[in-house]
Amino acid sequence: MMTLKQSRRLQSVLLGTLAWAIALLLFFPIFWMLLTSFKTEIDAFATPPQFIFTPTLENYLHIQERSDYFKFAWNSVTISFGATIIGLLLAVPAAYSMAFFETRLTKQTLLWMLSTKMLPAVGVLMPIYLMAKSLGLLDTRLGLIIIYTLINLPIMVWMVYTYFKDIPKDILEAARLDGATTLQEIVRVLLPISKGGLASTALLSLILCWNEAFWSLNLTSSNAAPLTALIASYSSPEGLFWAKLSAVSTLACAPILLFGWISQKQLVRGLSFGAVK
Amino acid sequence: MATLKIRNLRKGFDTIEIIKGIDLDIHDREFVVFVGPSGCGKSTLLRLIAGLEDVTSGTLELDGRDITEISPAKRDLAMVFQTYALYPHMTVRKNMSFALDLAGIAKREVDRKVEEAARILELGHLLDRKPRQLSGGQRQRVAIGRAIVRHPKIFLFDEPLSNLDAALRVQMRLELARLHQELKATMIYVTHDQVEAMTLATKVVVLNAGRIEQIGSPLELYHQPANLFVAGFLGTPKMGFLKARVVQTSSTATDIELAAGPRLRLPFEGSQLAVGSEVTLGIRPEHLVIDPNGQLPVTTDVTERLGSDTYCHMVTASDEPLTVRVPGDFAAAYGESLKLALDISHCHLFDTRGYAVSRVLQQAA
Repeated sequence: MMTLKQSRRLQSVLLGTLAWAIALLLFFPIFWMLLTSFKTEIDAFATPPQFIFTPTLENYLHIQERSDYFKFAWNSVTISFGATIIGLLLAVPAAYSMAFFETRLTKQTLLWMLSTKMLPAVGVLMPIYLMAKSLGLLDTRLGLIIIYTLINLPIMVWMVYTYFKDIPKDILEAARLDGATTLQEIVRVLLPISKGGLASTALLSLILCWNEAFWSLNLTSSNAAPLTALIASYSSPEGLFWAKLSAVSTLACAPILLFGWISQKQLVRGLSFGAVK
Repeated sequence: MATLKIRNLRKGFDTIEIIKGIDLDIHDREFVVFVGPSGCGKSTLLRLIAGLEDVTSGTLELDGRDITEISPAKRDLAMVFQTYALYPHMTVRKNMSFALDLAGIAKREVDRKVEEAARILELGHLLDRKPRQLSGGQRQRVAIGRAIVRHPKIFLFDEPLSNLDAALRVQMRLELARLHQELKATMIYVTHDQVEAMTLATKVVVLNAGRIEQIGSPLELYHQPANLFVAGFLGTPKMGFLKARVVQTSSTATDIELAAGPRLRLPFEGSQLAVGSEVTLGIRPEHLVIDPNGQLPVTTDVTERLGSDTYCHMVTASDEPLTVRVPGDFAAAYGESLKLALDISHCHLFDTRGYAVSRVLQQAA
C-alpha cells in the first residue's frame, strides 16, 4: 500500500509529465520552423526528417537580399502600435461609462459588440475593399490601422470593462467628492489602478494586430505591407521553398515572441488582477 | 458655519421609490445620525446629500445655496466610506493631499495640513505607506484624515465602523466623538447600529422605509419614542410589548386589561382612546422587577448572564416575550413561574395605529 504522501507525490509527477508533454507538443511546430530555417532547401525536404545537419545562414542572407525585412517589420510595428493606441483611447472611455454608469442596455451593447466578431471577415471583404479604395486607403498604413482598430475594439472594450468592473465604485466616488473632474478621475485614479489590466489588453491587441494576415494580404501590396505579407510572398507559384519560408516566418515571429516573453510577468499579473485586489 | 436644509426630498430608482419625501434641518456643529434597519434608505439619503445620486424631486440647500443640481466635486463636502475607498496606488500622504492638490493649493500649505491631520489621527509614522500595508483601523483613520484636511462644510460618514472588529469599533467610536468636539464640525453619520447612534449623536434621525419616523436627541428618542417602530428599534435588549385592550378612560388615567391577564391603571391621557380599542403597552427591561407581589405572572425562558447584568427572558400567560434586566449575577431556573412588577411611571402606551399616547404630566408632590 502507498502512503498518502507517496500517492500525492506520484500524482504530482504524473501531472508534471502531462503538462510538459502538452507544452512540448504546442512548442514543436515553432521549434521545427526554427530548425528548418537553418537547413538547406534539400535538407528541409528530406524524408525521414533530419534532426542532425550542418546549419547554414544562407536562407536569412537570401531574404535580406531579396526583400527589405526592416521595411516590413517597421510597417508591422507602426500598424500594431497605432491600432493598439487608438483602440485603447476608444476602449477606455467606452468601458468607463459601461462599467460605472450601467444602464439597462449595457449588457446588450456588450453582447452586440462581441457578436460582430462572429461574422467571417471574408463576408465583408468586397465592401471594405471598395470603401478603402474610394477613400484612398489601399496599401496605406493608416488604412490597416483603422481596420485593425475596428476589428479588435470589441475585445478591448470587453477586456477593459471586465477590469474596471473589479474596481470598487467607492474609490471613484471618493475622487469625485475630493473635487476631481471626470478626466482627472480617469487619469489620476482609474488608470493607475488598472494599469495591469490595460497592459494585458494592449499586449493582446498588439499580438492580434501583428499576426493578422487576411486584411493585410488583401489591402496592401508593397508600400504598407507588414511581415505577414512578407511571409506569404514566399509561398509563391514557382514552388514552395520550405527553408526560406521557415526563415522568414522565424523573422516575423521573433519580435512579438520576444515582446511577449518580456511582458509575460505583466500579462500574468493583469490576467489575475481581480484575484489580488 | 454649515447648515443644511432638506425639503421634500424624493428619490426613485425605476419605479421603486426609496426616499419618500424627507424634510430635515441640520444645524451648524450638529452630529446627526441617520439610523434605521437595512433598506430604510439611510445610505441613499446620504448619497443624495453628497451628490452621488441624482435627486428625483425636492431640494437641498447648503448655507443658503441651492446645491440640488451641483456636482459632488463642488459641494464642499467630504465623505468617509464603509469600505474606506482609499486610492490604492497612492501613499497615505498622497491619499490625504489629493483633494488639496486638485484644488491647486500651494505645496507648503498642503504639507502643513496633512501633517496636522496626521498628528490628530496619530498617522505620522505611516505617511509613506500604501493602503495595503495598513490594518483596517489604520485605513479607517486615513479615510477620516482625507476628510479632515479639506475642512469641508459637512463630514459625511457612511457606516464607517461596520468593517472593523468589535474592540476597534468601540475605540474608533470614542475617537469620532472626540474628533467632533475638537474640530467643531458638522457631521452626518449613517449607521444601522443603534449603539453608535445613541453614543455619537446630538440628533438622531430614525428612518424606516424611506420616511423619517422620529427626530430628536438620543435620550428623547429613548424615553419618549413617538411610535412602536422607534420604541422597538432603540434600546438593547429591546422594549417589551404587551397587547392590551382599553377598559376605561379619563383625562388623567387610562385603564387597560392586558391580554396576559391583569388590569392596570396608567397615567395616560385617555380622551383620544376608544373604550374597547386594541393598544400596546411598552416597557423596557430595566423597568421590570422580579417581585413575589408583582402584578404580572410569567414563566422564565433562558437567562443571559453578562457579569454586570443578567437578562432574564420571560414569557407571559398570553405567550408574549418580555426581557427583564436584573443587576448582577441572578439565576432563574428554566420554566420557573415568577411574578413581575411593572414600573408604571416608565410605561409607554401606543394606540391601535402604533402612535404613542401622551402621558399625563406628573403633579409636583
